[in-house]
Amino acid sequence: MTECAVRAEGITKIFNQGRPNEVCALTDVDLAIEPGEFVSLIGPSGCGKSTLLRVIASLTEPTEGQISVYGKTAEQARLDRDYGMAFQHSGLFDWRSVSRNIELPLELMGWSKDKRQKRAGEMLELVKLGQFANHHPAELSGGMRQRVAIARALSFNPSLLLMDEPFGALDEMTREHMQTELLRIWSETGTTVVFVTHSIPESVYLSTRVVVMSARPGRISTEIPVDLGGRNADTRESPGFFAKITEVREALRAVEGAE
Amino acid sequence: MNGLRRRLSASLPPVAFGLVGLALWESVLRLTDPRGFVLPPPSEIVAAFVENWSQIWTGTRLTGYVIVTGLAAGVVLGVIGALLVTRFRSANETITPVATAVNAIPIVALAPVFNAWFGLISPRSNQAVVIILVFFPVFINVTKGLTQVQPSQIELMRSYAAKERTITREVRIPNAMPFFFNSLKIVSSLSVIAAIVAEYFGGRQDSLGPMIIQSAGLTRYDDAWAAVFASAMIGIALYALAALAERLVMPWHASVREATT
Repeated sequence: MTECAVRAEGITKIFNQGRPNEVCALTDVDLAIEPGEFVSLIGPSGCGKSTLLRVIASLTEPTEGQISVYGKTAEQARLDRDYGMAFQHSGLFDWRSVSRNIELPLELMGWSKDKRQKRAGEMLELVKLGQFANHHPAELSGGMRQRVAIARALSFNPSLLLMDEPFGALDEMTREHMQTELLRIWSETGTTVVFVTHSIPESVYLSTRVVVMSARPGRISTEIPVDLGGRNADTRESPGFFAKITEVREALRAVEGAE
Repeated sequence: MNGLRRRLSASLPPVAFGLVGLALWESVLRLTDPRGFVLPPPSEIVAAFVENWSQIWTGTRLTGYVIVTGLAAGVVLGVIGALLVTRFRSANETITPVATAVNAIPIVALAPVFNAWFGLISPRSNQAVVIILVFFPVFINVTKGLTQVQPSQIELMRSYAAKERTITREVRIPNAMPFFFNSLKIVSSLSVIAAIVAEYFGGRQDSLGPMIIQSAGLTRYDDAWAAVFASAMIGIALYALAALAERLVMPWHASVREATT
């Protein structure tokens, strides 16, 4: 048996425990993700999907439960720089050029300048922004910034890519284009991806598995494997794609109906 | 080249506006001829400026020294204070309320008291007024810049296992730069006001503040205006330096502004 990329067992997260504004964000969540999988977390607002992502990333500690990432604790994985992260806000640094934004994690990891620049160049080719190395983020469009953020997240070959609604602020056309790009990058790099989203078609199009969560308390209600094979331009029009969308939508409705 | 032309054409309207204003000022006073103490025409102010040049130059140097040293010390202290309160919670709880309380005191009103502490003709008391007035805007703005960082940028740095010191260096300080330069532009003029008003109460008698008071007392209003003009030039020069430093230190910021406007 191969080692899990992520294994979460009995994860409970309570914010402000013992105070009047106590919020139970996650209750008893179990989740196992195999290496190379693309898993989407979807659910109504307040279902704790972003919290689960942050627990996996060791940005917040679970109140109860165990997380292991490639057999290590989440904190050790963070200290080992196993995580590449991308958020809805590209989080690029205005004061750094595009290339130097991508180089930032490499700088922190002590790469030499030549190696850094070479890698940043490669990553920019990967996200098709080769000519923009010396631009500043403010000069790029929202979609381009998001591509730079993804290039930065992947620059150091993290074993786990964690994305929190990275395309949430983009228009529909750009969004579909970015999804295609992300899948291409995913197949080229073979990284494991955990992807938080609000969008049902997005989750179906991208993932090998959609994890449907319910709110108050946040927990996993259903897991839907998506076996659409290699995606292409026709995937979005295929009956299989629509069938999966329906399946996810019904699962979400069941979740909301239960409230 | 194109940028230079754009900047020249951008500066044309204000320059023209200023010249028209001066011409109006001059002609209205020549035509109505009120008594000199109301407002001397610009030509007389310029004449007084030229005539008293050596005194004005001495005064400008003395007052300029008070302004520049007070400004520098106030800015440095403001930045250090901001770094302390963002780094250490206990410092935040100690320094911020005290700084806010001190800021509520009309510091210029304390100038006579400072004179008693430092000596009536010492520039020290005037420097102290400038330092205290300059400290607060810098402190408040830089603190804001150091703390108002996108949460995702902090999370990103933490996901790289960056230490707090690295986060300060790579995220907080660059993020605070626009705030710092904003406050620098504010205090560059504020420091001039602080120094001149403080000098009304004491300090070297040949500096600009006393020159204004004494000229006005002798009804030599053109001389008073000439000294005011000199102090305004100090303020403009300092503001221009702050703006220039902003462009040099943060070339990215200009592109941010151009992209958003």
